[in-house]
Amino acid sequence: MKKLLTLTLLGMFLATGTAEARGTDEVRLAIDVPYEPFVYRTPEGELAGFEIDLGNELCARADLECTWVEQSWDGIIPGLLSRKYDAILSSMAITPERENQVLFSIPYYNTPSVWITRRDRDIDISDKASLEGLSVGVQRGTIRDSYVTQMYGDTLDIRRYSSSQDVANDLVAGRLDLSFEDYPLAVDTFHFNEADSEFKQIGDSIKKPVSIFGKGAAMAFRKRDEALAEKFNAALRDVYADGTFDELMHQYFDYDLSLPVGE
Amino acid sequence: MEQLNAWFTELLADNAIFTANTLGYYLDGLGNTVRLVFLSLVIGLLLAVPLAIARGSRRKWIKWPVFFYTYVFRGTPLLIQLYMIYYGVVFIEGIQDTILWVVLKDAFFPALIAFTLNTAAYTTEIFHGAIKATSRGEIEAARAYGMSRGLMMRRIILPSAFRRALPAYGNEVIFMLHASAIASVVTIMDLTGAARFVYARFYAPFDAFLFVAAIYLCLTFAILYLFRYLEKKLLAHLKPING
Repeated sequence: MKKLLTLTLLGMFLATGTAEARGTDEVRLAIDVPYEPFVYRTPEGELAGFEIDLGNELCARADLECTWVEQSWDGIIPGLLSRKYDAILSSMAITPERENQVLFSIPYYNTPSVWITRRDRDIDISDKASLEGLSVGVQRGTIRDSYVTQMYGDTLDIRRYSSSQDVANDLVAGRLDLSFEDYPLAVDTFHFNEADSEFKQIGDSIKKPVSIFGKGAAMAFRKRDEALAEKFNAALRDVYADGTFDELMHQYFDYDLSLPVGE
Repeated sequence: MEQLNAWFTELLADNAIFTANTLGYYLDGLGNTVRLVFLSLVIGLLLAVPLAIARGSRRKWIKWPVFFYTYVFRGTPLLIQLYMIYYGVVFIEGIQDTILWVVLKDAFFPALIAFTLNTAAYTTEIFHGAIKATSRGEIEAARAYGMSRGLMMRRIILPSAFRRALPAYGNEVIFMLHASAIASVVTIMDLTGAARFVYARFYAPFDAFLFVAAIYLCLTFAILYLFRYLEKKLLAHLKPING
């Protein structure tokens, strides 16, 4: 009798245990705040932005319980590998170097990068010889850093900063001639599309070569978490397929950064 | 030489991070760190000697401003001082049009100014302490010889104070070397800047920083050795006779 009771209790315990495991799983998502309009804090201190909305939507579709973890950019991959969180959803572009360390989802968007200078300056970016000795500010460790290092390492004086705000400060101050910045970040920091802005875009927006700018931004996971990545991939295909992605995108952007799945 | 070169190439062959290219960054970084630390220490030392004398002056209007200066620069983090001098000055209206901008435009001089003022403040206090600790007997003897204050300072007080300050100053030099690691926040490619660049590029914090730590260790060792040599030379009279 006693044995039966024990078995029953044990059975019940196991049953509830599995029931819990079958329900929503907890996933911690890392993001580098702020990166407007992808992520920022509202005056009330809440996280908001395109990637927050997208992330929450993906989690809801994948039936996962997601929490957001703030992490500064230069430690974001080491933090993932040391299990401080389970995935990165922070506009991380897929690059071969990063692929050595992490497992990427399918890319969900890609933005061009732009050259910015002061409105009163006259710089021709396509004429390499005229760039000799000019300085450019980039955020350290970004793909823009890789691009200018690889393409202009021997012409431009490259200054590397910890944050894009520091780049903007020094461009305003006149310490820098140029900045090479991510399009959305540049819109937000330099307001270069507005008529009374101190800054302007020069040259075309840059998306190539793929060897540097990659396939686009994707979520990153630890390599062993293939099942988790597949869940998010399915959710991503889903939000693209039914137009939810475009809907979210137009809430935050007046230009197109979507990457139709499969490209 | 050729053999050494071949050995070196082979050593780097199966190494993704420490290519000739990244080693070049470290080498540039070493140059910048040494230049920055050396210049700030030399200028700081030159500033500190008169300041230390002034700090011990009996006149309040000389003494207090120097005390205020050392208090402010020893009482605030070097990083804050660097930020103020680099990012702060650009908010002064019209600074770009003044002659000062030639100096402040580049990252090197603001960093040099911050480091120099910081080390000068510490060195002033070190020397001030050493001057104050001059034994009364030496001063009385100098007076008995009829030395003027200036002559006494030059021939008696300062030489013995410098000797006494030597171990503490050696520490300050090493601290300064290590403090210079923050230069990379204002875009200077010093040793730490090179390490952060390599780290950001290869996502290999351990390799990048371990390597740079080894270079700092070598530099510290050289400084230690120099000061030990100086102490042996200059403090020879303090050694036991049979020692």
